[in-house]
This record gives sequence, C-alpha cells and structure tokens, in this order.
Amino acid sequence: MKTAPALPGWIAMLRQRLFATPMDAAVTLVCLYVVWRISVPLVDWLLLDANWQGRSRDDCKSSGACWVFIRARFGQFMYGMYPGPERWRVDLLGILIVATGLLLSWRGLPQRRAAVIASVIVLPPLGVWLLYGGGGLSLVETREWGGLMLTLFLAVYAGLIAVPLGILLALGRCSRLPLIRFASVVFIEFWRGVPIITVIFLASLLLPLIMPTGFNVDRLARAVIGLAFVIAAYMAEAVRGGLQALPEGQTEAAQALGLGYWRIQRLIVLPQALRIALPAMTNEFISLFKSTTLVLIVSIFDLLGIAQAALADPAWVGMNMEAYVFAGAIYWFACFALSQWSRLRERQLQAAHGR
Amino acid sequence: MMTFLRDRKVRDVLWQAVATIGMVAVIWFFVRNASDNMVKAGIASGFKFLWRDSGIEVPFNITGYKPSDTILALLWTGIVNTLLVSAASIVVATVVGFTVGLLRLSRNWLLSSLAGFYIEFVRNIPLLFFVLFWYFGVLAALPTPRDSYDFLGVIFLNRRGLSIPTPTEVTGFRLALLAIAILVATQIVLARWARARQARTGRDFPVWPVGFVLCGALPLAALVAAGFGTNWDVPSLRGFNYRGGFVLVPEFVALFMALSTYAAGFIAEVVRGGVLSVRQGQIDAARALGLTPGRVVRLVVIPQAMPVIIPPITSQYLNLIKNSSFGAAIAYPEIVAVFMGSALVATGQAIEIIAITLGIYLTLSLAVSLFMNWYNARHRLVTR
Amino acid sequence: MKFIGLAAAAACLVGAPIASSAFAQQLAPSPTLDAVKARGHIECGVHLGLPGFSFANDKGEWTGLDVDYCKSLAAAVLGDATKVKYTPTSVQQRWAVLQSGQVDLLARNTTITFSRNATLGVDFQGINFYEGQTFVVRTKAKVAAVKDLADATICVAAGSTEEKTAADWFRERNLKVTIINFQKNDDAISAYDQGRCDAYTAGIGALAGQRIKFKDPAEHQILTEIISNDPQGPVTRWGDERWQLVVRWVLNAQIAAEALGVTSKNVGEMKAKSQSAEVRRLLGVDGKFGDMMGISNDWAYNIVKQVGNYGESYERTVGMGSALKLKRGANELWTKGGLLYTPPFQ
Repeated sequence: MKTAPALPGWIAMLRQRLFATPMDAAVTLVCLYVVWRISVPLVDWLLLDANWQGRSRDDCKSSGACWVFIRARFGQFMYGMYPGPERWRVDLLGILIVATGLLLSWRGLPQRRAAVIASVIVLPPLGVWLLYGGGGLSLVETREWGGLMLTLFLAVYAGLIAVPLGILLALGRCSRLPLIRFASVVFIEFWRGVPIITVIFLASLLLPLIMPTGFNVDRLARAVIGLAFVIAAYMAEAVRGGLQALPEGQTEAAQALGLGYWRIQRLIVLPQALRIALPAMTNEFISLFKSTTLVLIVSIFDLLGIAQAALADPAWVGMNMEAYVFAGAIYWFACFALSQWSRLRERQLQAAHGR
Repeated sequence: MMTFLRDRKVRDVLWQAVATIGMVAVIWFFVRNASDNMVKAGIASGFKFLWRDSGIEVPFNITGYKPSDTILALLWTGIVNTLLVSAASIVVATVVGFTVGLLRLSRNWLLSSLAGFYIEFVRNIPLLFFVLFWYFGVLAALPTPRDSYDFLGVIFLNRRGLSIPTPTEVTGFRLALLAIAILVATQIVLARWARARQARTGRDFPVWPVGFVLCGALPLAALVAAGFGTNWDVPSLRGFNYRGGFVLVPEFVALFMALSTYAAGFIAEVVRGGVLSVRQGQIDAARALGLTPGRVVRLVVIPQAMPVIIPPITSQYLNLIKNSSFGAAIAYPEIVAVFMGSALVATGQAIEIIAITLGIYLTLSLAVSLFMNWYNARHRLVTR
Repeated sequence: MKFIGLAAAAACLVGAPIASSAFAQQLAPSPTLDAVKARGHIECGVHLGLPGFSFANDKGEWTGLDVDYCKSLAAAVLGDATKVKYTPTSVQQRWAVLQSGQVDLLARNTTITFSRNATLGVDFQGINFYEGQTFVVRTKAKVAAVKDLADATICVAAGSTEEKTAADWFRERNLKVTIINFQKNDDAISAYDQGRCDAYTAGIGALAGQRIKFKDPAEHQILTEIISNDPQGPVTRWGDERWQLVVRWVLNAQIAAEALGVTSKNVGEMKAKSQSAEVRRLLGVDGKFGDMMGISNDWAYNIVKQVGNYGESYERTVGMGSALKLKRGANELWTKGGLLYTPPFQ
C-alpha cells in the first residue's frame, strides 16, 4: 500500500487556511467570486482603460478614468492658489520637516532630547514665516493657500496646539483641586459633545463677533483654533488613559522625595503616561486629519474643497469620480501609514512591558 | 510670606482662585464684546425669532411640519430627523460591525482578510467622501420616476425615493401595536420563567417557538384586519413624481448607508479587541462542554467581551450621532441643515442659533452616555 | 540746492497732512474708508463661484459683473482697479462676514429685501443687476410655463430668496411641489444634474452662468417666465454713511458714464474736451466731487478708464461678449427701455 506523497508546505497551509472544511471551501469560493467581480472592473477603470496622456477633456476617449484631469490640475490639488513662483517655499518646508523627522528618529543622534525640543520650538514659527511670508519673503495670504498643503497645515498646527492643551486638560481632570477639575471636565465634555461641523461654524461665524471691533482673526487661524479645541479634548482623554495606567506609587514616591507638583509631572508622570498614551493620541490625530475636510463648508479650500472647486470648472465637467478617488487615495495612504505606525508603537510598548 | 505660600492648602486655594478669576474674566470679555458688537451692528437679538413663521420647506418629516409653522417646529423636525437617521444607523452599524469584527477573527484566511480590508478602507477615509459617494451613487443607480422599480403596483423606487402606501385610518394599527406589545410581554415573561427553570433544573426551554405559537398570530391577524379595514393612500404617478403615501428620500438612504457602513468599520475593530480580550481557555472549555460554535460566541465570548466593548462602542455611537450632521452636505434635513443652515440665514441670529444647536447635541450626547453607563453597570459580569 | 530740495520735500510732507485734515474736518468720519486707504486694498465679499458675476479661474483671477463693481470701487478710492482682495462667501456666511467687518462690502448677487434691511444691520446701496427668478428644466420634460411644474421636485440653495419665493409662488396657486434645500448652489446644481430634481431654481442671470456647469447644457432649458423681482446690488454695514456714499456713487458713476457716452476708449478725450457740464463734473474737471467724499477728484475717470462704464462691463461679463449671452433687458438704461437710472451728478 502506498501512502499519499506529502504535500508541499504551502499547499498544506493553503488547505488549512482556506479549505479546512467543506463549509470553509464554500466560503472561500464565494469570497473569491466577490473579489473577482469587484476588482476586475475597478482595475479596468483605474488603470487598464484609463487615460493618462493629453491636455484637455477631449483627450479622454477610452472608458476608464480620465487622469489627464488630475495631471492638469495637479498643482492646484497640492498648493491651491498659492502663487506659482513662490511654491518652492512650501516644498522647502516639506523637505525641512521630513529631514528633521528622519534625523530625530535616528537613535544615535547626540543630544537627541535637546534637538527634539529645539526643533519643536523653531520649526512651527519658521513654517508660518515660510508659508505666509514677510521679513524678506513676499506675502502670501492664507486665502491663496489650498489643496493638500492647507490640509496638512491645518492638521499639523491644530495638532501642535492640541497636544499641550490636551496634556494640561488631562492633568486638570486628574487634579486634586475641585474647581480646576470641574473646569477641565466641562471643557473636555463640551468639545467632545458637539459635532465638528458646528465647531467650525462656531469658529468662523462667532469668533469675529466676540472679539473687539477691528481685531480680525485670520480665517484659517479660526479654523485651526476650532479644530485644535476639539482635538485637545479628545487628546486629553487619551492622555488621561495614560495617567490612570500609572501606579499610584510613582507619584507617592516622588512626593516622598520632596519634589513639587510640576516637577513630578514633568520628570516622572508625563514621560511614562505619554508613552502609554501615544497610540491613542495618534488615533485622535488621524481623526483630526480626516475632520479637516469639514473646513470646506466655510469656504476654505482644503484638498477636498479644491477638488470640488476644480469640478465646478466648465472645462472639466463630470470628473467627479477622478477627483474624489485621487483625493480619497491621498487621505487613505496618509491615515493608513499613521495608523500602522501607531500599531507598531503599541506592539513595541506591550513587548517592553513584557505583556 | 514664603512659608505661607508653601502651605499646600493655601496654595490650592490660590491656584483655584487665580484659575476662576481668569476664566470669568475671559468669558466676561467675550460676552461684552459680543453684546457691544451686536448693538453697534444693529443685529437683532433674543429668542423671539423661534416663534416666527419659518416659511422653510422640509421635504422629509414625520412630525407633520408645514412651512407655515414656527421656527421652533422646524427645529423640532430637525431634531426628529437627526434622531431618526442616527437610531437607524446605530442598529445597522452594530449588526454589521459585530459581524465584520467576528469575521475578522475567522479561521478562513480569505474571509478574515476581506473583513480586514473593509475595516482599513473605511477607517482611513474621511466620512464626507462616503456621504457624497453614497448620495451620488444612489442617485446614479436609481431610475427616473417614469421608469420606477415597481413592487406589486403599490411600492415604487426611483431617484426621488422609495414611495410606500400609508393608511388613511390608524385606529386598526393602534390595535396591531397593542398585539405586538402583548407578544413582546409574553416573550419576556416566558424568558424569565425559562431562565429560572433552567437555573433550577438545568433543562432548556424553547422560548421563541412557544411564544410565537401562543400569541404570534395575534399581531399578524390585527395587521391584516387593520390593513383591510382601512383605505390606503397609494402612491401614484402624477405629472413628474409619485404623489401620496410616504416617501423615504434618497438623502436619508445615502446618509444612513454612509453612517452605518462607516461606523461599522470602527465598531468591528472594537469588537475584535473585545473578543481577543477573552481568554482562550474560556472558549476551549465551552467547546469541551460540547456547545456549538454559535453558542460559544453567544453565551461565552460575547458576555465576557461586553465590558471591554461597551465603553468604546459608546463613544462610537456618540460619534455617529454627531456625524449625522454630515447630512447637511447632501440636503438631509437634520438639525444643522434646517436650523444652522436655513433658519440661520432666514433670521441672521447666529449666536442664538449656534448656542441652541450646541445645546441640543450636548443633551443628546449626555443622554446616550448616561444610558450606556446604566447599561454597562447592569450588564457588568459579577467576577471574583 | 540740496538743502532747498530737502526743505521743499519736508514742507510737502508736513503740508500734505494739514491740507487733507482741513478737508477731513468738514467730512464725517469714515472708519471703513480710512481703513481701506491705510490697508491699500478693498476687501470685497463675493459669491463662491458664479460664472458671469464672480468666478475665479484656475489661477485665482476673478472676473464678473460683481467683481467689476469691486474693481471700480478700488479704482475710485485707491486709483488702482487691481487693489481688491476677494473673500468668497457662501449663502450662510455672507452676513456674518460683513457684520464682523471681515469685508468692506458684499458684491455677491444678494437680493435686496425688507427683512434683511431691517434686521441684519445691513444697507443696500443701489442696484447693479435686476435679476428675476426662474427655473431650469430638462428639455425633454416638456415644460412651457412655471405652472407646469406642479408636482415636481425642485432643487434650491437653502437660505436664498429663491427658496422662499418658489415656495410662496406654488402655495399661492395651490400647486404642490417638493423643495429640496442644499447648503451650496453647486450642490443643488449637481443634484439636479444627477436627476434628483425636475428643476433647479435661481435668478435668470445666475442660471445662465450656472448652466455651463451641467454635463450636457444642451439638454436643459431655462424658462422665460419670471416669478419674482430680485434687485441686487452692493451691501454695506449700518453706520459709516460716508463709506455708503462712496459705494452708492461709484455704482451711479458706472451707470452715468454709460448714459453720458463716456467709455474706456474715449474717457481721456472726453475729460479734455467735453463741453457737457455733467460729464465735466463726473470726470472731475469741475466741481471737485471727489473731495466731498474724501477721495480723489478723478475717481470716476479712473473707474471708466480702468474698468469701463456699466454697459462695457455688462457686455464683457454677462452680455453678448461672454459665455452667458444675456440680453440687457431690464438692465438697460432708462433711456433705452430698461430700469437703470441714476440721479444727476450735480
């Protein structure tokens, strides 16, 4: 009697993972069919039948996507109405940020801690100066900003305000002092309880009314402030999670050493709590990044807004799918990368804690 | 002086006093500016506008609102529409989310990757894309009124929505509702009794079949009787559109689809995390007892995963309610669209309208949080 | 020599403020006008994107009838028609943007109505476009008159006068229609184009501009029947009467220039040679009208020279010289059967 020859490893694995039981096999076949039915027309439209070459709508002859539209409008999708000769400033800032990020993530960097603090202090104002101008550079007003650069600006600067504010709020919420705790809770729950769309309305319609006459806050700055408050409230909850994960003994030991409140927080509590809260904070940042699309309702042209504006161009009528797919893909890649990074951190953290 | 300042109690009081004074000053500053600016600009203020005639059309309402009603009635219609779409989406998002979350953990590699693909796709794209996609997608997929899909000549589906007949007389349906209530009550009583019996004797009791045999026919009979006993307002094509009956507008469908598929992606992740937190030994033990896989999930896994699942799922529900404000982008008449949109432009009273809108959302959020806290406390497993 | 030159310059520097403050004493204070002069440009609130009225191309350059008005104002106040910055505003935002002082005025297809004037703290400074509301429908729907739209579904921008006018019009005639309110004009248009509605309603001028946004403009027809009067013009805040004076008379100057036959081509010649007393006052040869408003005396000359008179602007933006091809109709001078009329420059 002959035994059946041993199957090669991958077939065995395939069998175990996809065709373990008749039921499994049926499910696998149904899934394959669904995937095939969806992906074939999708790939056709996206790639195989798509139009890549040309200058105008008439060049799009085949049935697939008209990527010519994206090519023709690419500059606008990236920079909005930012004047062409000045766009190098945006690029330079982008390169600077990426380079700094890479440099700082290199563990062997001497004085890494100081370098991080220095770049956090120097880069944001430098960025505003590069983008907005003044002091040698020609002025580019925020109404000319748009597209992806505006989306990134909104997310990054709102995030820069939200993180410290969120930390303060979280400390406030965990504070001994009842009044401070109460104020923090009210602030956090208020901003968490209302939709971002109303916050953006609030910032855009109400902020000018509650400021002294003649004191105008820039349109974009208003949106940044509105978004920052909401995200700060969410960040605060993420940080609070980190604070609560710390054992009581840490603070008590520090107090026994005679350290004051702020020093305990700065040296002992926050470094640990923030490390624990980082994945959660990243997730809040992702949701902030996605929420920036809402600024288009107050006529600020972010990536989606500029896509819609481009669609209103009579020369390119009917390019809705192309514009949305392109913009959607950018959001997807950015958010996906961030969430993967956050998951990686989470796993490292768990490994470090031996869990 | 220094020793005085070093006293912890004194410093606590000082800190709080400084913080309070600071906050009061900031608020006073804003309020004073606002009132100054409004007087100077000649903008009307106060809440009297709520009792003015609105004159705004709302194509989709179940409150019986007419444009000749007050702005207050308009606001109420907006609230009801917000609740309607949120409630419907929460139910479906929960069901889809649990399904996808469990599929993500399937042994079948292809199935779990598909579920994973769905989750990653949905979570990383802004909701506005989905809302617009469903709206224009739904519109493009449906036929014009003249070529409507026709179900038995009484229900019609086209680009203007789903037209269904409505009864002109509702007394019969009140009876039917009563019959349904009787059925539900019977089920509850039966279930309690069955659980008590099982605890006592260990024997299983088929609650659902018995309940339906006992009084399942009641609602059906009542419905049939009510249906035949009244006249129906059947939609019919008049000129451009189907008139009569009730129309479920495409805006509702699109927003509902977008919200439920989007939230389902987040709920699926929550469910996955919750299930993974249940120790494998529990599942193995349940299997060893000979429970079917369905029962393992229903009786062992889900109850233990619930305490982990409920807090994050609550915040997903809250997000969904807040996200229903995206309806404004596609003309679904919810609070933001009718009140912060139409009513604000009609009256120009930005401060009052925004304050009311924020208040409503805060109340809704608070109500849902309280309910879920109560639910969580009730269903918390008694351990130790 | 050098010293004398410096002294002269110093004298000019000192003298100029004294001279202008002498005038300023006679004039009412105008914070808006002062702010505009200090800033060096006008902040003009315009429509988000309405071809023919205010529309930005892909380079961010604005054109249109309302935009031309903003340019005229800049030419009059600052002597340079390019010194305008545009703030696109949605239907909802426009009042708050004006009330809070983010813009100096609105020139954005806004209909003058009683309740807006009475409750929003805004004033309307004349009419630069007589609009009338109508509907665009699919040609194959075979609609000849507005009443044929009974039982139809109509898309409209929320909070516009069109929303209310349409609802009232059908209600008064006991006709049932379904009205769907969109937050932005463009959303309403694309929903109509997708078949959500049987008709889209807006002013006839706006429709002519928006029609080119349809996938296939030839499939749609704009009804000729008009159901409302929608006079539109520049809007200012309450208070600051002298700024209102400037805003109002810049518009009057555009119209008067056309009535008097002053065009961008002949304006130099007219200024030098015209014997007409009114032309001479308009172009600042006699009368010093600019001084009375606190702006330069050749304000109207600058308007016509740099932007053109009302007729030129109309033809270029919405008239036969544009994609919209709108006839003058009511927007013709009173002498030619239209409604445009200006008080005398006297």
